[in-house]
Amino acid sequence: MRFSFTSEQEEFRSIVRRLLEARSPTTEVRRLMATEGGWEREAWQKLNRELGLTAIHIPETYGGQGFGFSELAIVLEETGRSLLCAPLFSTALATSAILNAGTEEQKRALLPAIAAGDVTATLAFAEENGRNDAASVAMTAAPAGGKYRLDGAKSFVLDGHTADLIVVLARSRGSTGEEGLSFFTVSGSAAGLQRRRLITMDETRKLARLEFSGVEAELLGEAGAAAGPFTRTMQQATVLLANEMVGGADRLRQDALAYVKMRMQFGRSIASFQATKHKAADMLVDVELAKSAAYYAAAALDEADDELPAIASLAKASAAEAYLQTAIHAVQMHGGIGFTWDNDTHLWFKRAKSSEVLFGDANHHRELMMQHWKQ
Amino acid sequence: MSEPTEESVRAEVRAWLEANWDPGLALIEWRNKLADSGWGVPHWPKRWYGRDLPEALALVVEDEFRRIGAVGVARAGIRTLAAATILAHGTDLHKEKFLRRILTGEDTWCQLFSEPGSGSDLAGAVTRADLKGNKWVINGQKVWTTSAHRAHWGLLLARANWDVAKHKGLAYFILYMKQPGVQVHPLKQMNGHASFNQVFFTDAIVEPEFMVAEVGDGWKVATTTLMHERRGADSLRSWATASERKGRIYDEERAEVATTMEPYKWYPQRAGRVDLVLPRARATGAINDPVIRQEIAKLLILSKTAEWTARRARAAQELGRPQGPEGSLGKLVSSHVARAAARVHTYISGADALLSGADGPMDGVIAEILVSVPATSIAGGTDEIQRNIIAERVLGMPKEQSVDTDKPFRDVPRNIVSS
Repeated sequence: MRFSFTSEQEEFRSIVRRLLEARSPTTEVRRLMATEGGWEREAWQKLNRELGLTAIHIPETYGGQGFGFSELAIVLEETGRSLLCAPLFSTALATSAILNAGTEEQKRALLPAIAAGDVTATLAFAEENGRNDAASVAMTAAPAGGKYRLDGAKSFVLDGHTADLIVVLARSRGSTGEEGLSFFTVSGSAAGLQRRRLITMDETRKLARLEFSGVEAELLGEAGAAAGPFTRTMQQATVLLANEMVGGADRLRQDALAYVKMRMQFGRSIASFQATKHKAADMLVDVELAKSAAYYAAAALDEADDELPAIASLAKASAAEAYLQTAIHAVQMHGGIGFTWDNDTHLWFKRAKSSEVLFGDANHHRELMMQHWKQ
Repeated sequence: MSEPTEESVRAEVRAWLEANWDPGLALIEWRNKLADSGWGVPHWPKRWYGRDLPEALALVVEDEFRRIGAVGVARAGIRTLAAATILAHGTDLHKEKFLRRILTGEDTWCQLFSEPGSGSDLAGAVTRADLKGNKWVINGQKVWTTSAHRAHWGLLLARANWDVAKHKGLAYFILYMKQPGVQVHPLKQMNGHASFNQVFFTDAIVEPEFMVAEVGDGWKVATTTLMHERRGADSLRSWATASERKGRIYDEERAEVATTMEPYKWYPQRAGRVDLVLPRARATGAINDPVIRQEIAKLLILSKTAEWTARRARAAQELGRPQGPEGSLGKLVSSHVARAAARVHTYISGADALLSGADGPMDGVIAEILVSVPATSIAGGTDEIQRNIIAERVLGMPKEQSVDTDKPFRDVPRNIVSS
């Protein structure tokens, strides 16, 4: 449903929210973001087992729960709210790519371990220039005795330095544009693979650069036919990210509101000043509009809407503007304390900034939307 | 008698329509039948032209009327607000005298609330009501009064006691408009239309029995009217269409709708006409300009998300869930949409945006958008007041500190119009 959640979905959301409030308070976020990995396997596996998070949109035949993107989007909204430090989003993207591109046999082989939480995964598509389109892929794959060898570099890979399994987009030598593209799976510990964590502005979202020198890889799905599945995967990624973003934006908004209600200056609550009230009202408008787009887009994914290319980009562009604007207002409403490291606002501010850029900024997505609606 | 159900109501209204509906009737004759039978306003009390049906079943009745194209009671304009207010607060005399002629459309009404000195601060009204002998004598000025030039009756908020605090000194009257003490002048707007009026009272008379609420309770009654005004604002556009069917009754209904809706004909333009943006961008070639494409995209995102947010609010309401914050944002968001649309229409039109009327794009429609949009963020509650309401009622922030409610109104600094 595009305009409301079922009572089961609401119930699920509140269970996830309660557990994340207990397991991922900002003290825990700060502890994990300072580690090299950015997350801890034992705690993540425990949480994942309890809520079945990585299994949500995996069909039951492959050991999953068989829910849709609407349910996964609810989880992402809640992890965005709590800034959960875990390889959930990265694993969900790889899962989507496997579902979109993989053969029946490969899905049966790869997905149960992901659903069970034994294997973390990620999707490596962007390269040095950070572009998100298939045509920009330069990494090459050469057949080698029934398998393939990958050469080149991937960058901006979510949790790329820790993922057990990496889904990689590469092209046959000499191919260009959307031709010759294939997905491959690579083990995180494969020989010839060098992984380096990038120093990121948003420390809660770890990115890595991966260098491939003749790395052994398995073809995922059909050779040379990855362009379609990749486009679909990116639309799904965009919608999921938009939902994660509105969760963070809503949390920032609520925290800033709670702060101004508590803060006294000039002998009165600063929440009694119109300048503050009007800002708070504008923040609510921004966040609620972006939520409407994110929810609508998640439902559109499940219903395979023809307008999906436009709707996915609309949701991302809306969330990008709303999240960053909310973050800017939130720092402002906190005043000086909002600029300190000890205050939590900057954690979401940086997530807002990193999410704004990840998978294409608002300008990029507005243009994609207009290309769809132009005619 | 058993409780009415959807099936029983549908069967009953269908049978009644079969026996009574006749497009050859005069409009008023038909509407009198509706008033007598209760089928015109089935959710009203039985005693007053209704059938005591719940709202949901009233929709079933409406559905049956629509199915065969039967004309309903008069619904357009301020008369709906008058009916709701009288039903809630009026005396039996008021209900007896006014409700039937509201339903038949014989009487036209206007709302005499806003004043030059009190717009957002409606309770600061300074139009005087003085009891002289046993009659109320009214002096002062109202403004933004839609249809005042045709109205038979007006809903009047006036100050009857200056020695108490502002909200406490107000009284609510039903005023007869066609009397020598009432003068109506059209008010020309910046877009050239004159949809509203200024109304001047010079010793206008209200008979004592036409007071709706005692001095002190006027504000409470006014909030009822305003609540219905807000609720009705969304459906205003749907009233604007009359059936295209043939027959005497349809001709009369079309004439009525044309008259009542005349003041509202520029309302689609003040909302920004987002529907015209893509067709115009394609027709002019502006769609090929990447900068304009960005601006169009921003507008479409705003307008789509506004629509989806309204749908979320409605869905929650239909599921009987408590309304979330999304239900309180529509008015403010509509201002953002309108402003963004005016900007985009300007970019698309280029130099043609300089031209108006027959020389302007779309025979002046684009120019009318550009000069009508500023009304959206003012009419029916300014953006600033909307933000206060959202902050206070939805976000639980402190109320504005008032400096005028703890003293007699006569000591409150105010705009001097008449006192």
